[in-house]
Amino acid sequence: MAAVKKAPVDVVIVGFGWTGSLMAMELASSGLNIVALERGENRDTYPDFSYPRIADELTYGIRLKLFQNASKETVTVRHTTQETALPYRRFGSFLPGDGVGGAGTHWNGQLWRPLEADLKMRSTVIEKYGADFIPKDMTVQDYPFTYDEMEPYFDKFEKICGAAGQVGNLNGEKVEGGNPFESPRKNGYPTKPLETLYAGELFSKAAKQLGYHPFECPAANCTEAWTNPYNVQLGVCNYCGYCERFGCFNYSKGSPQSCVIPALKPFSNFELRTQAHVIRVNTDSSGKKATGVTYIDAQGNEVEQPADLVILSAFQLHNVRLLLLSKIGKPYDPQTGDGVVGRNYAYQMTGGIKLFYDNDNWFNPFAATGATSTVIDDFNAENFDHSKVGFVGGATISAAFSGGRPIQQMGIPKDAPRWGSGWKQAIKDNYLHNMNVGSSGSVMPYKQCYLDLDPTYRDIYGQPLLRMTFDWQQNELKMTNFIKDKAEEIVKVMNPKHYEVGFKTLNSHYDVRPYQSTHTTGGAVMGDDPRTSVVNKFLQSWDVPNVFVTGACCFPQNLAYNPTGIVCATALFAADAIRNRYLANPGPLVQA
Amino acid sequence: MVKFSTLFFALSGALISHAASAATDASVKQGEYLAKAGDCAACHTAAGGQPFAGGLKMSTPIGAIYSTNITPDKTHGIGDYSYDDFVKAVRGGVAKEGSSLYPAMPYPSYAKISDSDMHALYDYFMQGVKPVSQENHKSDIPWPLSMRWPLAFWRWTFADDSTYAPVAGQSAQWQRGAYLVQGLGHCGSCHTPRGIGFQEKAMDQNSKGYLTGGTLEGWHAPDLTASPAAGLGSWSEQDIALFLKTGANKQGAAFGSMTDVIAHSTQYLSDEDLNAIAVYLKSLPAADNTAAPQASDATSQALFKGDVSQPGAQVYVDNCAACHRTDGKGYASTFPALAHNPALLSEDPSSVISVILKGGQRAITQQAPTGFTMPDFAWRLDDQQVADVANFIRNGWGNKAAPVTADQVKKIRATLPPAPQK
Repeated sequence: MAAVKKAPVDVVIVGFGWTGSLMAMELASSGLNIVALERGENRDTYPDFSYPRIADELTYGIRLKLFQNASKETVTVRHTTQETALPYRRFGSFLPGDGVGGAGTHWNGQLWRPLEADLKMRSTVIEKYGADFIPKDMTVQDYPFTYDEMEPYFDKFEKICGAAGQVGNLNGEKVEGGNPFESPRKNGYPTKPLETLYAGELFSKAAKQLGYHPFECPAANCTEAWTNPYNVQLGVCNYCGYCERFGCFNYSKGSPQSCVIPALKPFSNFELRTQAHVIRVNTDSSGKKATGVTYIDAQGNEVEQPADLVILSAFQLHNVRLLLLSKIGKPYDPQTGDGVVGRNYAYQMTGGIKLFYDNDNWFNPFAATGATSTVIDDFNAENFDHSKVGFVGGATISAAFSGGRPIQQMGIPKDAPRWGSGWKQAIKDNYLHNMNVGSSGSVMPYKQCYLDLDPTYRDIYGQPLLRMTFDWQQNELKMTNFIKDKAEEIVKVMNPKHYEVGFKTLNSHYDVRPYQSTHTTGGAVMGDDPRTSVVNKFLQSWDVPNVFVTGACCFPQNLAYNPTGIVCATALFAADAIRNRYLANPGPLVQA
Repeated sequence: MVKFSTLFFALSGALISHAASAATDASVKQGEYLAKAGDCAACHTAAGGQPFAGGLKMSTPIGAIYSTNITPDKTHGIGDYSYDDFVKAVRGGVAKEGSSLYPAMPYPSYAKISDSDMHALYDYFMQGVKPVSQENHKSDIPWPLSMRWPLAFWRWTFADDSTYAPVAGQSAQWQRGAYLVQGLGHCGSCHTPRGIGFQEKAMDQNSKGYLTGGTLEGWHAPDLTASPAAGLGSWSEQDIALFLKTGANKQGAAFGSMTDVIAHSTQYLSDEDLNAIAVYLKSLPAADNTAAPQASDATSQALFKGDVSQPGAQVYVDNCAACHRTDGKGYASTFPALAHNPALLSEDPSSVISVILKGGQRAITQQAPTGFTMPDFAWRLDDQQVADVANFIRNGWGNKAAPVTADQVKKIRATLPPAPQK
């Protein structure tokens, strides 16, 4: 029994990043009483992201001020069920956000819509190559909605962010300069594409020579002054080079602070409580109806917040853990394949090549945004023929800079000294004269890759940590090696003085230490069937209909693109369903 | 016969009651609009306080005073004011019990409010505002300065209690604008210089000094006449209307107390009234004929080449250029231009210094809820650096303005609250 019990509300939202803030905004105008609970501190553009204080790489980039404190809660990690999972104490490969804005504050702004094949991966692969093409341990499944159904919500989220980009497919018509593989859009991007960097020019020229189709990465980094559908104004990006791991001082990177919160503040029926760490969703004696949540407040008191509707909008890993701790849905058992909570965990596959040039090529890496990237999509998803390559999935290949920060973004050759005058000389020789060609690849789900509760380790509140069982599978290692060959082919045409390849090999194992992509997915996947999914297309729990779960935890598999577009479009889609259907008739929105 | 008469009188009474009720509803609504136009909440609603319950602290040269409770509470508010009492207070600056109101209450301007508008305001404050039983806070003015009888003399000398009188030969739109600017809008409270008795030197366009710029609480409210350099000479009527609606236009953004005026008052005015105000302001001849700045790219070129030898240039690049750009043009509708911005060019640099030290948030309105915020730099720049960068921006890109000294910065810095520990 909690020490304190608050007055009941209509809706409680757990976590106040992108999906929490969008849910609050979309539901606030309905007149519902809404409380949002955020485990971290309040954060706003001013004073928290003020220039020049925010341009502090040591504080934000290294000490991870906007991220979770691993000493309070973390995950344990192991490669296989044969191993003992150990706690992840120094964040590296993925970075859970903390505080208002969550991961939406510190992201780079790369904003993608999925391809149609991304949404119907299983069906598409079977149709093209037969059912036997899918490895037996791969649990790939289709999303439970079509691209067309979701298109208005992708469009709305792009308008909320003032997204920058060049349309490649307008109502089925191909448009020069955009992504020719893009799914049909009804509108172009709200603002013009980001500038092409010199690195992008070199990459583009080489890619075209090889017959590929380069375009500028779509971005939630405004290139023109923009007023969004919530009447919130966004500024123009000034390419300061402090996107990822930093909050935007310029009001130009899409984030809950820059896009949603100003419009939400006037609603007196909305309340945000910070330093409110939710530890469980409460249910009634039947276990089929949520009655609210319990959280630990800033003083360490356990507080119960009763609510008619519970929306889990925390980081992917936290949402899954809360479902497990709250016993909502059956935990996944990898031995039998029974149960669904924790199933289909995936972490994105990446690779890269560093290119070093002579002094007559100047790259000015410091003038960049998180999404200044020239991309080819020719080897992504089902954009190419897989019949002879022996894997499912693919990757984007791009030339990108997100900044030229002195600690983390000082590219020097592998054999250069790591300290002293030699190190300084290497920096002087290479800082302005190197670039990268990288890849971002899809990762399919597998029976043996999943999330559950750790039997040994606990958080500071005494609750079991989430355990992650994950390792690279042959399908993805084959894919990334295939992509390495394509990337290297492009690099050779670019003809640098020297280059260094950094792709995983067929023998590689997942390593939590280096930053790779931060994109984790699955564990509470969406689907048409409660035997293989936790939530339906409206992100509503099959087991407890007044619980909705948002975010990347609902992805059946991890696509090559960054997840934010789907994360937020699905949240808007769910909010629409709640407002227009659920409120009038509370109960399951989809019959199993 | 008797029965018929009784029924007639009963019906008559019902009709009268209904008519009065309907009239009052319309009047209350109109009064609410006028209360916003007059920005009564700016002083009579304290930050975080209940509407019109008073308690806002206002600095004066002789000590702080606190706004009073003007809710219809009978104990601490104006609940027992008659219409005539209300008129005496609002127009004449005399409270019900006879004491003089401090001229922080802009009754010299409110004197111009028409009888019909005054009735609407009275109806709103009596029937549209929730009574709050909040005791009034005594002033911090020390005795004998706290005695109010000399204010009667002030009133007699400086206040004119005539309602607005139409000016021959001007359009109805101009008249409406003049009525609002001189009366309810009380723009002269900030934008007109004050004299030896702390009175506004002019109350309308007929007197020298009207709306030519004034300084209050560390902020300089700019010249609103057609002065080409430091006034509204380069602003169009549309620029003025948009500025009052949203707190910004292509020429610049509101700062200091003006952001509150926009957030609480002018954003709610009808387009008709905003345009009328614009027409009136644009009719005011230039008070200062100093030429508008000429375009010059000398500053931009120097910065592009990395030449920061000009005092303040390095400070500008390190702190300001990220938002205001090396060409001083800012970003359209986001961060104001500094090149050729009249707000920077007033003889009195108080506002420029205050904004550098304190930062500032854009007005938050329904049409523009973001409230773009410039961070404060008092923690980072010393007095000389502030003076240098102020001089740099006031004389860069073709701007021309009087020099700013470190002493001027020091005086304004002294008014800042103690810096919070970070």
